[in-house]
Amino acid sequence: MTSVTLYALSGMVVVAVCVYGLVSYPHLIRKILAINVMGSGIFLVFLSFSRRVPGENPDPVPHAMVLTGIVVAVCATAFALALARRVHEVTRSSYLPEEQDPPEEAG
Amino acid sequence: MASPTNTRLRRVLIRVPAALLAASLALLLGWSVVTLPEPATGLTGLVDAEMENSGVDHPVTAVLLNFRGYDTFLEVGVLLLALVAVWSLYLAPADRDPETAQTPVLGLLVRMLVPGILVVTVYLLWAGTSRSGGAFQAGAALAAAGELLLLAGFVRGRFRRERLVRFALAGGFGIFLALGAGFMLLGNDLLEYPPEFAYGLILFIEGALTVSIGFTLAALFFGSPLEAPEVEK
Repeated sequence: MTSVTLYALSGMVVVAVCVYGLVSYPHLIRKILAINVMGSGIFLVFLSFSRRVPGENPDPVPHAMVLTGIVVAVCATAFALALARRVHEVTRSSYLPEEQDPPEEAG
Repeated sequence: MASPTNTRLRRVLIRVPAALLAASLALLLGWSVVTLPEPATGLTGLVDAEMENSGVDHPVTAVLLNFRGYDTFLEVGVLLLALVAVWSLYLAPADRDPETAQTPVLGLLVRMLVPGILVVTVYLLWAGTSRSGGAFQAGAALAAAGELLLLAGFVRGRFRRERLVRFALAGGFGIFLALGAGFMLLGNDLLEYPPEFAYGLILFIEGALTVSIGFTLAALFFGSPLEAPEVEK
């Protein structure tokens, strides 16, 4: 196993763990964190691919695209956090209204 | 309200399928990584061949600002869009009262850190032409300075010179668009720069972007400077 495969597999595991977190935990901040970290997993996979190309230097195009992706992820996270704050202001709850019985303790 | 047993059952009913889903996703994605075709083809050769036309020495900066300038341009747009969306939620500004927020250590630390951060910002911006760095890294450092100033109560979320701040927020996007479209008049494509001016232009655009990105990232943190309109309940 090369280091490229190791990094890519780690990124995939991060993505899978985040899918579990996103589905299982109803707290909004946990969901936002799950999506944010999932993005980091995808960046890790993509960046590891930039080392797969033949030649001495890594491919600069994935690097540039991941930089762009980070900024878009920051924007989405900032907006999601603001929305979560707004939900809390309006409903006094950190859970979506569809969650009939939010767990008392953070699970 | 459901009884505690019922809640626990529901939680198990959600989490077990979720764990199975995540595990199968991990296996599927892992399999796709292991079975990638060899040897990989990349764009390194293409980028290296065009480097002399880009005006900068660092391949990532060349891709960001020149070859794929469109991505960077739209990403600044996304940043601005996120700010408009956050402002429209009318969240109360995250203001701090200097009297209570500033312990002697915090006040002194912020006073000492902010000038240093500004120097780092300029360095990161300039470094982007030849090594890792560039407008977004510099903008992030600038935003960190803004957030420190807010947390220590030196600045407030509702700015007095709001018009000036708005120019700083939208300036990067505006200058990028104006230059990109301006060179169309000279017969280039959108966001295509003449190679002889590329270095100066990229540095100029990156400088404007740094200010805009720094202000926008900090403003995302600050909350909305707008007064919520009166709505009928």
